[in-house]
Amino acid sequence: MNAATLFGVCGATLVGFGLYGLVTNPEPLRKILAFNLLGSGVFLVFGVVSKRAAASGLGGDPVPQAMVITAIVVAFAATAMAIALVLRLLQETGRATLSSDDPGGTDTDRGNA
Amino acid sequence: MPDATVLPDTTTTDGALLVLAIVLPAAGVLLSFVLGGRHVERIAFVLLPSGLVLALVIFADVWRSGHRLIYIVGDWKPPLGIALRADGLSAAMMATMAIVICAVAVFAHADFGTRAGSVETRTPFAFWILLMAIWGAMNIVFLGGDLFTLYVALELLTFAAVPLVCLDGRAETLQAALRYLLFALLGSILYLVGTALLYGSYATLDIVLLSRRVHMEPATVIAATLMTVGLFAKTALFPVHLWLPPAHAGAPAAASAVLSAVVVKGSFFLVVRLWFDVMPGMLGPAGAQLFGALGAAAIIFGSVVALRQQRLKLLIAYSTVAQIGYLFLMFPLAFDTVSAQLQSGSALTGGMLQAISHATAKAAMFMAAGLIYAALGHDRIAELGGIARALPMTMFAFALGGVSLIGLPPSGGFLAKWLLLEAAVATGQWWWAMVMLAGGLFTSGYMFIVLSRALAPAEQPLKLRINVPRYQEAAALALALTSLLLGLAALGPVDVFEVGRLDAMMVMPR
Repeated sequence: MNAATLFGVCGATLVGFGLYGLVTNPEPLRKILAFNLLGSGVFLVFGVVSKRAAASGLGGDPVPQAMVITAIVVAFAATAMAIALVLRLLQETGRATLSSDDPGGTDTDRGNA
Repeated sequence: MPDATVLPDTTTTDGALLVLAIVLPAAGVLLSFVLGGRHVERIAFVLLPSGLVLALVIFADVWRSGHRLIYIVGDWKPPLGIALRADGLSAAMMATMAIVICAVAVFAHADFGTRAGSVETRTPFAFWILLMAIWGAMNIVFLGGDLFTLYVALELLTFAAVPLVCLDGRAETLQAALRYLLFALLGSILYLVGTALLYGSYATLDIVLLSRRVHMEPATVIAATLMTVGLFAKTALFPVHLWLPPAHAGAPAAASAVLSAVVVKGSFFLVVRLWFDVMPGMLGPAGAQLFGALGAAAIIFGSVVALRQQRLKLLIAYSTVAQIGYLFLMFPLAFDTVSAQLQSGSALTGGMLQAISHATAKAAMFMAAGLIYAALGHDRIAELGGIARALPMTMFAFALGGVSLIGLPPSGGFLAKWLLLEAAVATGQWWWAMVMLAGGLFTSGYMFIVLSRALAPAEQPLKLRINVPRYQEAAALALALTSLLLGLAALGPVDVFEVGRLDAMMVMPR
């Protein structure tokens, strides 16, 4: 097993974990963490793509590297925005949940925060 | 009409217009941060109309010349550089979105206006910046020539759209925004995996280059599937539509109009780009039928749920779910069994017209619903009695929007559904015709429920909570009239959708 395959398998595993967490976890914060795990897996795949194209004497194809930097910035911004939303939701309702049968607003007084 | 610019891509004479279409909104956003909240509305009111003029110039240019506009950024040619291309599809969509956004801006002046001497507040500041950001992101979606630029555009669009949902900061809109964001993030990360796999296989993400190199292999199929699923989640196609109704119904009226009319069309446009431009020969008959089946399920499900809604804004939101379904019917109808690829023709034209007429009609309907909500203090459909007498212009705009959704002549919806039906008959796929007719019937059903309640006399004399400004009603009516008269496009620029498509067709391996 060469390095590219190893990293590819790691990336795929991370994607799998992340996807599972994103779909099954009801907690918004855990969903955000799962999204980051999923993102890391995808970034690893970009690394593999870069490495695989390295035949022409370069250490790696720079184009996927440029793309992955952009993608990391985007994922960071997305995480920041999601966290801000969760925090605001917590401030408004005293709890941060996505379950639709309890729209939060009614529980303001009880505030189990 | 044959496209002369076959190979290689070079910047065309008016190509710089495309850069302007992206730089203007970006400059507007940056300038707003520099000058602050008291000036942001004025910046928007200078830039948005210039954006409209620009979009119309690009549209006229593409339509008259019959050629794509191309701009090679920094003169670095693809695959290393980035190309901006405006073909018929992008020019038409750009012009539509510019019209809708300008009308929304006029409408939003009442809610988010910053009068001279007023105290600076955050909500209008955020609204105008986000509106300009959405306009810019949509332009990149329409003009971007490679799949990674389109990924960035998609993310910009999401980041501009999500805060619009929760502008008022209520708990349930925050929740809707968070749910929307999570769906959108899952969608874009799936899209991103797809781009990585495609780059790994073909060493380019440029749409034109990729369309020449792409061929059937496992990595391509997986990439295309992941990207499509991701884009479906962002377009809110059934069964990944769950985020849409609360998000679109909870937002302020001006924001709902933008979200429903403009934002969902962005990811839909990428689905079209991906399957019609990058890999028209890859979808296969089964894939095309699957797209159509999801669209049909969306039409039936969205309409039935819309029929059962008690609140007007939710009804309109579920109607969006149903109307999005129509957009995906064009895939099986555009599928040519002889060449086994997606052909541009009346199905593609019908689908794009549906997107355009839905954008104008739905924006008008959300604006009208917003005015009704503001005037009555609620939007419960059962208690709408008398509103048609109190706000005749608003109800007229709402009804005209409905006329286009149902597909009565001479509306844009009529022409779109006519073209799709024609394609269904021509290709012998009667089942899609049945779905379309059933969808029209359902749409008339929920429009009838709303209109009959609104036209009924009030039980007690209506006391409107506010005086609805005339220009807000006019903005909604103008969009509804645009949607109604769009059917007349059959006499003129309907062939603009074909511009720049032949080029891609000729080089596709059979």
